[in-house]
Amino acid sequence: MSTNLVRTMVVIGALAFLGLGLSLPWLKTPAIFVLSYGLAALGVVVMLRGGQISFGHAMYACIAGYTVAFLQRAHPELDGLVLIIAGMVVATLAGGIIGVFVVRYRAIFFGMLNLALSMVLFSLLAKMYEISGGTDGLRIDRPTLAGITFDRSGYESALLIGSLVAAIFCGWLVQRYFRSAAGEALAGIKTNEARLEYLGLSARRILWSGYVISAALVGLSGALFALVQGLVTPEMGYWLRSGEFVFIAILGGSVHAIGAFMGAIVFTVIKLGAAAFLTGVWQMLLGITLIVVILAAPTGIAGLLRIGTRRAPEGGAR
Amino acid sequence: MTVDLLLLALADGVSYAGLLFLVALGLTLIFGVMGIVNVAHGAFFAFGGYTAATFVVALSGPDTPAIVLLLALAAAAILVGLVMGTALEAGLLRRVQDKDPILQLLVTFAAFMIFEDLQRLIWGASPRSAAAVVDSLGTLELFDVTYTRYQILLVPAIAIVAYFSLRAFLRRTRIGKQIVAVTHSREVATALGINAKRIGWFTFVIGAMLGALGGALAAPVTSLVPGVGTDWIVLSFSVVATAGLGQITGALIAALIIGIARSIAVYTMPELEVVVPYLIMVGVLLVRPSGLFTVAQARRI
Repeated sequence: MSTNLVRTMVVIGALAFLGLGLSLPWLKTPAIFVLSYGLAALGVVVMLRGGQISFGHAMYACIAGYTVAFLQRAHPELDGLVLIIAGMVVATLAGGIIGVFVVRYRAIFFGMLNLALSMVLFSLLAKMYEISGGTDGLRIDRPTLAGITFDRSGYESALLIGSLVAAIFCGWLVQRYFRSAAGEALAGIKTNEARLEYLGLSARRILWSGYVISAALVGLSGALFALVQGLVTPEMGYWLRSGEFVFIAILGGSVHAIGAFMGAIVFTVIKLGAAAFLTGVWQMLLGITLIVVILAAPTGIAGLLRIGTRRAPEGGAR
Repeated sequence: MTVDLLLLALADGVSYAGLLFLVALGLTLIFGVMGIVNVAHGAFFAFGGYTAATFVVALSGPDTPAIVLLLALAAAAILVGLVMGTALEAGLLRRVQDKDPILQLLVTFAAFMIFEDLQRLIWGASPRSAAAVVDSLGTLELFDVTYTRYQILLVPAIAIVAYFSLRAFLRRTRIGKQIVAVTHSREVATALGINAKRIGWFTFVIGAMLGALGGALAAPVTSLVPGVGTDWIVLSFSVVATAGLGQITGALIAALIIGIARSIAVYTMPELEVVVPYLIMVGVLLVRPSGLFTVAQARRI
């Protein structure tokens, strides 16, 4: 039953995105932001599956964004698709290297080490003005997409369609991964790591592969974000951005990949509402919503809709 | 680097380490009893600092005695620790005690976000400071280098007093022993008749006061800007992680290492100043994954 529900929701959601985005031009950028944030939150969801939380994952969005900017500066003729892939590859490589180190830690150590590394990146980018443009960041010109030169509106439409395809594809892949042996083992880290080791599996290696996947997803999100915004700033790697990703992941719930995108939609609506009515209390609003969600619906929106509840999501053996 | 500069860097480093130690002590104490790292600890620092700055600015006139200003700093720390500590512990953390540790961590993170905006609403975005305290205490000359008495005498002295009195408190007093018991095992302590709930609140408030005291003592020598809470939660965590969670003496040593290394970096490689604490933490954790001074723990299966 629940797979049918998910399928229906993906189709309706995709049609809604295309319909609204293409018919109402002012919705185009918010729609791409939703998909980009959703992809990043999907990366965080992968970590949540393993029972780990990272307060620094925005650094991978930042790495991918700056890769796009640097690469375009060196080779202005490069196609947008090449830039996105390059950004994602560099973020994945960075995740692979940093992952070797951080997967040795659990819980708060894992979270804070990621936070510390992202703060290092943030302050280096903000301070090295000659290379990174400091806090002003770097501009990114509109590249061609698949060899076609678009005007502004066409470019955004193409990015919207591209992000939608990427989001659905990544959601499907992540869901496949969750059901694979490696994905089930990842969930086993949360339940009982010692038992996992007794089965002959290396918890570190499993967590590492999850970490690399999550870095790749956040990297893809960052590359898309950089292209649609036309600007990269150190803010992309600030802890608040990481906190927003975590927020979306918790709000949407980690029981199914689709949760990340549902969370991203709600998040963006709150954000637009806050920008219109309540300026300056954005973080407070996020914090309050987060507490309410944790107290009232710890499995998130996806959990409330009973998606992906083949087994009991909470509890189990300790 | 000349000898003068080195001396100056050492003095700065020790003073900075004093602040770091106070904040880290609060964090590690709360971790011991509650079992979670309180991300909102940075907000205690920030509120302590801002409140102290407000008090000092309101009180300082041309001839206010130094002791009044120092008492204002202490009052700010006690007030902030009591109010915010109680609000967070009794209002929020108690409700999520039985939930997944990740969710507990996230609750403190959410509280931190709320506090950050509150702080911006109350004090705005312009820098605040309480420099009058430093001026009122005057300066001191050592080996031909001029130091402020506040930084070279007062801050390290308070840190050392806090260290020894906390140790004595935990070892010699009734409540202190109860805190140690709850830290060791909440369940057994409850079975022995200790009111773990009250001890939890008490420890949390003490920890919050220490965090706020760090902020209040930092207010005279730094300028407070939005975001200062984030810097300090990460900084104090790096001290606590370098030392090992729950290690009080270890935190003192780690604070000295990080404080001095950072201030040497300020004088020699200013671009690296921000990065030094993280580099030390990462370096230590690479070699000893649970910190310098942690004792081995049994694996739970």
